[in-house]
Amino acid sequence: MGIRFILMVNKQGQTRLAQYFEYLTLEERRALEGEIVRKCLARNDQQCSFVEHRNYKIVYRRYASLFFLVGVDNEENELAILEFIHLLVETMDRHFGNVCELDIMFHLEKAHFMLEEMVMNGCIVETSKSNILTPIQLLDKAS
Amino acid sequence: MALSGMRGLSVFISDIRNCPNKEQERLRVDKELGNIRTRFKNEKVHVVPTLRRNAPIKDDKDEDLLHLLIVGLEGLTPYEKKKYVWKMLYIYMLGYDVDFGHMEAVSLISAPKYPEKQVGYIVTSCLLNENHDFLRLAINAVRNDIIGRNETFQCLALTLVGNIGGRDFAESLALDVQKLLISSSCRPLVRKKAALCLLRLFRKNPDVVNVDGWSDRMAQLLDERDLGVLTSSMSLLVALVSNDHDSYWSCLPKCVKILERLARNQDVPQEYTYYGIPSPWLQVKTMRALQYFPTIEDPNTRRSLFEVLQRILMGTDVVKNVNKNNASHAVLFEALALKSVSHGNQYVPGLAFIFFDRGNQYVPSLVMHLDAEKEMMSQCVALLGKFIAVREPNIRYLGLENMSRMLMVTDVLDIIKRHQAQIITSLKDPDISIRRRALDLLYGMCDVSNAKDIVEELLQYLSTADFAMREELALKAAILAEKFAPDLSWYVDVILQLIDKAGDFVSDDIWFRVVQFVTNNEDLQFVTNNEDLQPYAAVKAREYLDKPAIHETVVKVSAYILGEYSHLLARRPGCSPKEIFSIIHEKLPTVSTSTIAILLSTYAKILMHTQPPDLELQNQIWAIFSKYEGCIDVEIQQRAVEYFALSRKGAALSDILAEMPKFPERQSALIKKAEDTEADAAEQSAIKLRAQQQTSNALVVTDQRPANGTPPVTQLSLVKMPSMSNVDHNPAEQGVSQANGTLSVVDPQPSRPSDDNIGDLLVPLAIEGPPGSATLSGHSPVFGFGGAPNAEDALAIAPVEEQTNTVQPIGNIAERFHALCLKDSGVLYEDPYIQIGIKAEWRVHQGRLVLFLGNKNTAPLVSVQALILPPSHLKMELSLVPETIPPRAQVQCPLEVVNLRPSRDVAVLDFSYKFGTNVNVKLRLPAILNKFFQPITVSAEEFFPQWRSLSGPPLKLQEVVRGVRSMSLVEMANLFNSFRLMVCPGLDPNTNNLIASTTFYSESTRAMLCLVRIETDPADRTQLRMTVASGDPTLTFELKEFIKEQLISIPTASRAPSPVSLQAQPAEPPQPLPTSSPAALSDPGAMLAGLL
Repeated sequence: MGIRFILMVNKQGQTRLAQYFEYLTLEERRALEGEIVRKCLARNDQQCSFVEHRNYKIVYRRYASLFFLVGVDNEENELAILEFIHLLVETMDRHFGNVCELDIMFHLEKAHFMLEEMVMNGCIVETSKSNILTPIQLLDKAS
Repeated sequence: MALSGMRGLSVFISDIRNCPNKEQERLRVDKELGNIRTRFKNEKVHVVPTLRRNAPIKDDKDEDLLHLLIVGLEGLTPYEKKKYVWKMLYIYMLGYDVDFGHMEAVSLISAPKYPEKQVGYIVTSCLLNENHDFLRLAINAVRNDIIGRNETFQCLALTLVGNIGGRDFAESLALDVQKLLISSSCRPLVRKKAALCLLRLFRKNPDVVNVDGWSDRMAQLLDERDLGVLTSSMSLLVALVSNDHDSYWSCLPKCVKILERLARNQDVPQEYTYYGIPSPWLQVKTMRALQYFPTIEDPNTRRSLFEVLQRILMGTDVVKNVNKNNASHAVLFEALALKSVSHGNQYVPGLAFIFFDRGNQYVPSLVMHLDAEKEMMSQCVALLGKFIAVREPNIRYLGLENMSRMLMVTDVLDIIKRHQAQIITSLKDPDISIRRRALDLLYGMCDVSNAKDIVEELLQYLSTADFAMREELALKAAILAEKFAPDLSWYVDVILQLIDKAGDFVSDDIWFRVVQFVTNNEDLQFVTNNEDLQPYAAVKAREYLDKPAIHETVVKVSAYILGEYSHLLARRPGCSPKEIFSIIHEKLPTVSTSTIAILLSTYAKILMHTQPPDLELQNQIWAIFSKYEGCIDVEIQQRAVEYFALSRKGAALSDILAEMPKFPERQSALIKKAEDTEADAAEQSAIKLRAQQQTSNALVVTDQRPANGTPPVTQLSLVKMPSMSNVDHNPAEQGVSQANGTLSVVDPQPSRPSDDNIGDLLVPLAIEGPPGSATLSGHSPVFGFGGAPNAEDALAIAPVEEQTNTVQPIGNIAERFHALCLKDSGVLYEDPYIQIGIKAEWRVHQGRLVLFLGNKNTAPLVSVQALILPPSHLKMELSLVPETIPPRAQVQCPLEVVNLRPSRDVAVLDFSYKFGTNVNVKLRLPAILNKFFQPITVSAEEFFPQWRSLSGPPLKLQEVVRGVRSMSLVEMANLFNSFRLMVCPGLDPNTNNLIASTTFYSESTRAMLCLVRIETDPADRTQLRMTVASGDPTLTFELKEFIKEQLISIPTASRAPSPVSLQAQPAEPPQPLPTSSPAALSDPGAMLAGLL
């Protein structure tokens, strides 16, 4: 089914954004996030961007203090997901201008709007940055 | 930092951020939750009771209810509503339970304005799941948005349904969504969402969402120009095609066209170009979709696709920019996967053709074509081989992963083997992700030719491997060792080493397995090995005990094996019972209670095997037993008490503590487990599907697992530790005593939930197979190449008129049969290509034989057929025999036997196979009268009344037998005993006479006592008088004849030239046979048996 979840976690292991595309109970999420974060944060630059965990493959990428972790099943192209993370970051960059952890924290809703435009039910919907950002601009105009 | 539009939210987030610890955070969150709860509660007191009841809410009331709620929330400004709902989401994200306020979030969906509506939709899809009751309240509101005119509202609604829509949504919205997707008036913005929304509804409820006739619409959709719509439509197509590729043929050329458009960068807007690469994601998805189509028939489409792929393969360079590099390699890896899939099947029909029509003139060109293809595949593998050696870790990882995938779908093992050294290096990579891939690949590429290297490499790596991997590593090594063991002693070596090196990580399953293996392989010789396994294992175990520091598991295995089999070594230096005992006993102070229990059993067994009894040893062991009689551990205490008591019983001990019976075979729990884990992936990948298709063609791939080099024991996870305090042979009673729970201490849980290791190991069937396992059906390059010429050669050598008679058996078939009449396992038949072993267990009137069909060659045996021709008194059922036996593999075929009534007729196995030429043999099966005997000792008081009560014919028959093979009385007694006719010495006052007794079991007679008296003449050993008595006239007669045959026929039969004709069927019609049973005349099996 593709992408199972997208997490943004900072260096301290605090979750900054979590979007799941399959239902997990709160306890399951907590456990899963804890395990994944522990695994991924312990890795260094010389290691690859993929970590296998339970039935998931975690494709992750680090930007300054923030880790982007995407859980996929075995049916995804890992490098494509890796670059999808970068596309997400570039999109945020275009909106926030040099995006940082705080932007995502304090604009959680906008981060969610963007994700919502990019991924649906674990599949990529849109990869054009301007298309992704259209609804947000609409919203900004409205408020 | 731009300030959020919602100040209260920002303040709350700041507060959380400033919390010095988790405790403070929790306090802050609780405070906030309390605050929100109060606000919500105050505003809608009147609604709450309705909802709390959780009663089913009828649809027509939903609207009212929502309305009510909105009215209720009226008191909160839109700003406040938004703020609180976002706070809830934030708190939920932090990992706190938010068990209220869902209704408020849902209610925002029907808000009239975009900002509220949007928040309502997004938060609802984050907080709720498809089974949530509140969600149903929103169906109407959602539907109104979907069919409404406002595009942005449509998008929001479609996204919600696409993310969490359940059955109710599918039922009420599927048609609307389908309409939107194909509507020409809809803008791409809406349609791309409609595509993925439909995907969810279809995937979750395929029964509700009707996609019949969607192929045309799908094809139409793929004509779309907009790349956003194409991206999501492609995901939809993948789901549809994976379900049913036949219906979507028309989409295939369209996919190729899309791929061409992207590859050539035609009409791709800048917005969709990522670092100069036209939407890598759409390219990848399109190639995924293409992987599901088994073949491409249209030559133009095929050519176009190959051009595109070739362009990708050749045109991808390593560039400096990381993102560009990743994106282009994402496409490249997908192209490789597609290529291997499309190669893997495209030429299969051609191959079958080559194989079956050897003389056909098309062959040369096909072969050349095939060569070209093969070359292309080796190019792909070469590229991957380059990847696994680069510096960039991502590429190394993917190189290894894709090699494993390739292995599943195509026959590239030989080419991949060239990279074995590099792969082994990757096993030592600093990155565990890469090490795991390397391990997986090594596991997948292992076959008989490299098993030794790979397993030894794994063993070596075991001592340095990280803890996270050791268990998996140990299990994989164990499975490989078992599957591809060139001989059983190597297997024992490897496993003992494994346990020694990675004791803590060796699950109990593994050592139980060794025990099973050794126990069940008493004298069945594996194809290449002639050494008996049990003494070998005992010697090895003994050697390990000499080492200064060994893992406790090694102590367990060694103690068990030495307890059972050390008496087989008694004559070797350092292996006297006393020495064995003391070396084992040295370990006792350092081991845990479960091991002590095993040691006690070992002592009891050593004591029992010590003949003549050694008083000193006995006292030593008794002292230990009495020491543990007061042990706090119940199991140990019980064993100590029981063994102590038993060991005083003298002779009876040897029966009670006799060798452990064979382990029963069961269907592998692993396979089942593996299947289960596979099944939960809702959508199967193209590769998996392909692998399955291949296995369905080649039945063998599935069938061979239990067989492949694993004689009798079939599963790891359900292996039962032989509970040694079990004092009876009878497995049924064993079960009972275990059920009582008193005797079984080392029983493992029935199936360990060792989640990833066992699961993974056996998941992909295709990986399992030996080289070219996928090829066995005669559909693959290897077979086409290797098999056909061989067959030709063989035919050329064979004399024309004797097509079925070129294979000479090894050893004397009759002798083998006679040997098997006396024992329960051994070789029934052997020739240069195959070895048929047999192993039997008998219990009252039933028997279970297992035929072991071992292919001795490096090429498969095909057209294997085994037919049982049972005589009328036996009910026999042979399990399915695979048509093909893979190279160097052994297949087990259980055969169930039920004895209906006494008869001497013999069952025949009509066995044939093809290896170049057809070979057919008919073999007598050792399911004969005496197998249904249970020896019984009768005393004089029991014997004489019985003997007298069976007064004369037909229950008691007497006959003078002449021409008896000359043998001494002792020899004769041994002969009788070996047939399970128990000689009872001392009953007959005349020392020249023998009295024997046994119990015969059949369905009609039940247990029936049989008594035999033989009177010999010391002056003339060639004649004797025999009296046989039993409660059943047929039995008496049959038994008398049986004994007569044994006394007379043994020498002649074993000297006779092999009576089994390899000349196919006997040419002349079978003669009526001199059997007593009239039924035999109409019984083909019996007639054949007679002929043999």
